[in-house]
Amino acid sequence: MTAALRFDPIRLPEKCEQLRKEVRAFLAEEIAAGTFDPNKPNREDTDAPEFSRRVGAKGWLGMTWPKKYGGQERSFLERYVVTEEMRVANAPTRRFFVADRQSGPVLLKYAPEHIKMEILPRICRGEICFAIGMSEPNSGSDLFAAKTRATKTDGGYLINGTKIWTSSAHIADYMIAIFRTSPPTKENRRHGLTQFLVKMKQPGIKVNPIGQITGQYEFNEVVFTDFFVPDDHVLGEVDGAWKQATSELAYERSGPERFLETYYVLTELVRAVGPSPDTRSAEGIGRLVAQLHTMRRMSVSVAGMLEAGKEPVVEASIVKDIGTVWEQQLPHRVRDLAAFVEETATNRETLERQLDFAIKTAPKLTIQGGTTEVLRGIIARGLGLR
Amino acid sequence: MAESDNIVVETAEKIFADLADPQEINNDKTNSWQAPLWQALSEAGLPLSWVPDGLGGSGASLADGFALLNAAGRFAVAVPLAETMLAGWLLAQARIASPEGEMTVVPASPKDRIMLDADGALSGRARGVPFAKAAKHFAVLAHGKDGAVVALVDASKGRIESGLNVGYDHSDTVTLDKVQPLSIKPAPKGLDQTTMMLMGGVARSLQIAGALESMLDISVRYSNERVAFEKKISKFQAVQHNLARLAGESAAALAAATSAADAIANAQSFNDEVYLEAASAKIRCAEAAEKGGGIAHQVHGAIGFTMEHILHRYSLRALAWRDDFGSESHWAVELGKLVATRGADELWPLVASR
Repeated sequence: MTAALRFDPIRLPEKCEQLRKEVRAFLAEEIAAGTFDPNKPNREDTDAPEFSRRVGAKGWLGMTWPKKYGGQERSFLERYVVTEEMRVANAPTRRFFVADRQSGPVLLKYAPEHIKMEILPRICRGEICFAIGMSEPNSGSDLFAAKTRATKTDGGYLINGTKIWTSSAHIADYMIAIFRTSPPTKENRRHGLTQFLVKMKQPGIKVNPIGQITGQYEFNEVVFTDFFVPDDHVLGEVDGAWKQATSELAYERSGPERFLETYYVLTELVRAVGPSPDTRSAEGIGRLVAQLHTMRRMSVSVAGMLEAGKEPVVEASIVKDIGTVWEQQLPHRVRDLAAFVEETATNRETLERQLDFAIKTAPKLTIQGGTTEVLRGIIARGLGLR
Repeated sequence: MAESDNIVVETAEKIFADLADPQEINNDKTNSWQAPLWQALSEAGLPLSWVPDGLGGSGASLADGFALLNAAGRFAVAVPLAETMLAGWLLAQARIASPEGEMTVVPASPKDRIMLDADGALSGRARGVPFAKAAKHFAVLAHGKDGAVVALVDASKGRIESGLNVGYDHSDTVTLDKVQPLSIKPAPKGLDQTTMMLMGGVARSLQIAGALESMLDISVRYSNERVAFEKKISKFQAVQHNLARLAGESAAALAAATSAADAIANAQSFNDEVYLEAASAKIRCAEAAEKGGGIAHQVHGAIGFTMEHILHRYSLRALAWRDDFGSESHWAVELGKLVATRGADELWPLVASR
């Protein structure tokens, strides 16, 4: 057989359920204190620095990392529980989410020791925010077409060029970016890019906000003009970023955030139809719940494989493909069913407001962090077709 | 493809490979393969996997039996293996010993009901009973004035109207008219028609998932052989993306079915969490049978639409299995009602329960 796709049924261990209770209690307190409204995913200001510090104080950031860097040495399955509870509650995770999921693990693997000692504990305390500098005006999915240059100079590099669609760059303290240090070679068009740690909020970096169709300003254009990056901020091999870029993808692609982004409309629909739904609503809700449950079980399974030290790149891509297509369609399916909700439903206005926002959010879900087309290409390679 | 890591599945896969090769079966117009296959399965004790030693079976675990059904799906096995396993399981719940030979369960749809009258006789009509015509005995779940009962019935005592499902397997209407059972016992606490249907639904889910694994495998292989426009069709991006979607459907079906099997194998009762697992598996696997099977046919083109090709052995059976023990729309309505009754704020705790 060619395809060895496995999604073993992982059961979350007891310690995860204890942790889940703690996270739920914490979030309930935050909601009661007015930190955020779980029914309002469309808040204008998604940055919550004080909340970020309180999450850090709980020990829930960098929780799988070594203790000497501020981590807790807990499991991926425990991190999974924290992530999914935060997501379902619509908690304002913007400030710490990228650092915790992606940037921290990159630093752990490729940064020099003194940088790790300086930065990782601050991520764990929820003090600093990260952005990821991948896309450029003329290179999106085709990562290796990046042109922003890093030119060698005394003690470091000078950066010139533009990154774009950079989420959170306007609030970020650091960015992990890829820049061109050499031209590609004939044999390897992926050669010549290097991963760097960039300290933001300095002269030589200009961040220009870009309005999104949701009405929010979460992504940006970032322009570098003779911006200096010291040598010890090179992450990994010079010209060899292509070897480093793929191994993190399993972490990035298979988490609960890849199918829960519009989940709130399903909860609100269930509230609106009440305890005795008609056949059409019951069937619609039943199918959506069955699909959601299946994806979550697949996603938990991938977390279990990561915990076991495997690199389930194809399985993770499948989770993101199916998950993002589902969360993209969800608001439209909920809208279909909401057409039959009684006028008297007390949460009708909330549901309509949420649908309005979710429908505007939907188009980005199959684009960000690896498009559907890129994912299917990776799956096809895993099947032995490319 | 799942590597077998238990002796039950290893034994079964060896028998399937020797006696249930899809291509050889497909070439055999006389069904002469059926008797030797059934005999080999019986000699290995597989049809009564879920029946304890003391009741005439081989006493395998629920988990091993579920894995066996998944393997049977990978070979699109067309003898009443799943049906006899389910019948043996049902009888064993009420401590009724299983006889030798083919069995099936009655009813096989949540809508049909068999009634027990005051004289101890069974009456009722059950449609879409898989392999009823081949069965020597029926394991019946019936309703009496004191609740559910489990009964063993001589199949020749029932009236059978023969029919075929979409996959060309027997799916018959069974009518019992004041039939005296060979044996009858009260159903144990917690066993009712719903739990029996969920159990059957998970069995079908595992078979569908197995069929999809094979459809993915033969579709990938075919795309790497077939040349069109001067290249292998696997090199066309449109074909690659279709196959990637088929892989996704196959993976989703396998994940849903094995998760539900694991939940049942480790559960003390059919609570809401197990209900979610089992109903979701049937719903999602049925959806995958449609979407995934459709892609497998699209990749194969006209050759896959012929009786000579083996693809239909998987694709049509996967579609047919959707109908048994409650269709996906039936379970979606029931699951939707359960979710609505629990209320909006109890949805996430249910989904995140394991």
